[in-house]
Amino acid sequence: MPEYLQEITALTMRWVRRLSREKFSMLFTLVQPMLFWLIFFGNLFQRAADAQVVQAPSYISFLAAGVVVMTVLNNGLAGGVDLLFDKENGFLERLMATPIRRTSIVLSRFLFVMTITSLQVLVILGVAFLFGVRPATGLAGVAVILFIGLLFGVGLTAISMALAFSVKSHGDFFSVLGFLSLPMIFLSSALVPLAAMPTWMSVLARFNPMTWAIDAVRPLILSGWADALPRVGLVVMIMVAFDALCLYGSARAFRRAMG
Amino acid sequence: MDRAVTIEVSKLGKVYDGLTAITDLSFQVFAGEIFGLLGPNGAGKSTTLRILITVVRPTAGHATVLGHDVTTETDRVRSLIGYVPQERAIDRFLTGREHLLLLGALYHLPKHETIRRIEEVLKLVDLEAQADRLARTYSGGMKRKLDIACGLLPNPRVLFLDEPTLGLDVQSRLRIWDYVRGLRARGITIVMTTNYLDEADQLCDRLAIIDGGRIKTIGSPTELKAALGGDVVSLTVGAAEIPRLTTLASALKGLPAIRAIRPTASGMELRVESSEKALPAVLETVSRLAIRLEFIEYHRPRLEDVFVAHTGHAIREEFPKTEEP
Repeated sequence: MPEYLQEITALTMRWVRRLSREKFSMLFTLVQPMLFWLIFFGNLFQRAADAQVVQAPSYISFLAAGVVVMTVLNNGLAGGVDLLFDKENGFLERLMATPIRRTSIVLSRFLFVMTITSLQVLVILGVAFLFGVRPATGLAGVAVILFIGLLFGVGLTAISMALAFSVKSHGDFFSVLGFLSLPMIFLSSALVPLAAMPTWMSVLARFNPMTWAIDAVRPLILSGWADALPRVGLVVMIMVAFDALCLYGSARAFRRAMG
Repeated sequence: MDRAVTIEVSKLGKVYDGLTAITDLSFQVFAGEIFGLLGPNGAGKSTTLRILITVVRPTAGHATVLGHDVTTETDRVRSLIGYVPQERAIDRFLTGREHLLLLGALYHLPKHETIRRIEEVLKLVDLEAQADRLARTYSGGMKRKLDIACGLLPNPRVLFLDEPTLGLDVQSRLRIWDYVRGLRARGITIVMTTNYLDEADQLCDRLAIIDGGRIKTIGSPTELKAALGGDVVSLTVGAAEIPRLTTLASALKGLPAIRAIRPTASGMELRVESSEKALPAVLETVSRLAIRLEFIEYHRPRLEDVFVAHTGHAIREEFPKTEEP
C-alpha cells in the first residue's frame, strides 16, 4: 500500500509539474474559453433571452450552471490527451516497464484532472459572483456542485483515456473530441432550458447526461435546497450509472493498452 | 563453455491483430555480455525486446529473465531490469533530474536512496551540469544520456536498449558505445536492438540476425563472418554497361570458384571460395564479354555480407555503395 501511494503521488506530481511549466497554454486553452462563454455569451444574451423562458433573474445566472458543467465536459474529454502523447512518444512504455501497478497511471490522471476541474469550476463561480450571481444554497451548495462535477468528470475522463489508448493517431483523437463536444453542449440544457427547445432537440437532450447535471446544478445556484435536492438525488444515481458504464467500457481499452 | 544464462527465450511468437510479428524465436543471452538483435525496421526485434521487458505479451512460447517468467512474474522482472527506450520517450516539460526522481519513486526507492543514485548515474553519463534544465532544451546526445541514466537508476542486472544510437551524430554514437562497454565492465548484461551493421559488429559480443520475424543466425560477429568463409568480390560497371549485367551473371554462374551472386545498384557482388582463384576467372570472363569494369574490389566477409547471406537482401532497401575503409 505505501508503494501504491508512492507511485500515485509521483505520477500525479508529474502532471502538476508539467502544468506549472505550461502555465500559459493551460490558462489560454482551458480557463479562458469557458470564461468567455460566461462573460460574453452571458451578457450578450441578457436582453435577447426571455426571463420568463429561462426563469432566472439574469441570463448569466441561468448560464452559470451550464458553463460549470461545460468546464467539466471539456476537461473530462481532454483528460486523456497527455496520456495520448505519452503513448505516442513511448513515455508510457517507459512507465510500464517499471514495477508499478497499472492502475497508478490511470488513477494519477483522474486525481489530477478532477483537481484542476474543481479549481476551474471555483473560478467560474467566482467570476459569476462578480457579475452578481449568488448561489442560493451558499457554500454547501458550491460543495455539492463540485461533487456533481466530480461524478460527471470521472466518466468523461475514463472515456477520454480509453479513446487515447485506442486511437491510431492523435488526429483521430481530436476529431472524435471535436465531434463530441459541441453537440453535447447544444443538445443539453446549458444554453436554453429543455422546455424552450424544439421538441426533437429536447428529446435528444434528455439522453445527454450533461442535461441532468446542469438541471441539478442550476437550482443550487438559482432557487434553493428544496428545489435542488430531488434533482441532486436523481443526478447522483444517473452519474453513478454513467460512471459505471464508462469505467466498464474503458477497462477493456486500459487492459489492452497496459497488458 | 559453461556460461550463466541470463535470458532464455524459447519458441517465442507474437501475432498482432492477425499480423505475425515474430515466429518461433529461441535464443539465450549469457551473463555479462552485450547481445544484439540486428535487423531492418519491422523485422521483429522491437517486439522481441518489448516482450522481454514485459510490456507486450507473447502469443506463443515463453521467455525468462534471470529465471523469472516475463508473463507471470512481471513485477520481479521489472524490478531487475532497466530499459532505455528510443530517444523521443522523454517528457519535454520535466528536467533531467525530475525524470530520475519520478522513476526512483516508481521503483519504490526511498527518497535518500533515489537522491544518492541520481548523483551516481548523472556522473556516470556526464549529465550533471544539465540535470536541472528542461529536457526540451536538450540535444539528441543529452537526451540519450538521460535515457541511459533513467535505465540505470534501478541498478539493473540487465539493461535493455532500443536502437541506442538511432539518429545520433558520430561523436555521440562513439560516446554511447563507450558507456555501453563501461556498463558491461560493471557486470551488467546488455540486450540491444540495432539496424546499424557497424554498431552490431563493433559493440555486440554476440548477435542474432532477425528478418521477417525469424532468427536467421546467431553468433559473435567474428564467428559469423568466419562461418561464411571465402571472400567477397565486388564489381562496379559504368552506367552504359548495366543492361549487360544479366549476361555477365549467367556467364559467371558456371565458374567453379563462385558460390553466390547478388546484383547491386551498379554492379554485382560475388561470394567466392578464395579471391586468389576467383579473380583471374572473373576478369577473364569480363574481358571475353568485353564489359568495361569501373572498379573491382575484394574483401574478407563483413557483417553486411553475413546479413545478405542469411536473409537474401541488404539491411537497407537501397543498395549501399561499396565502401572502402
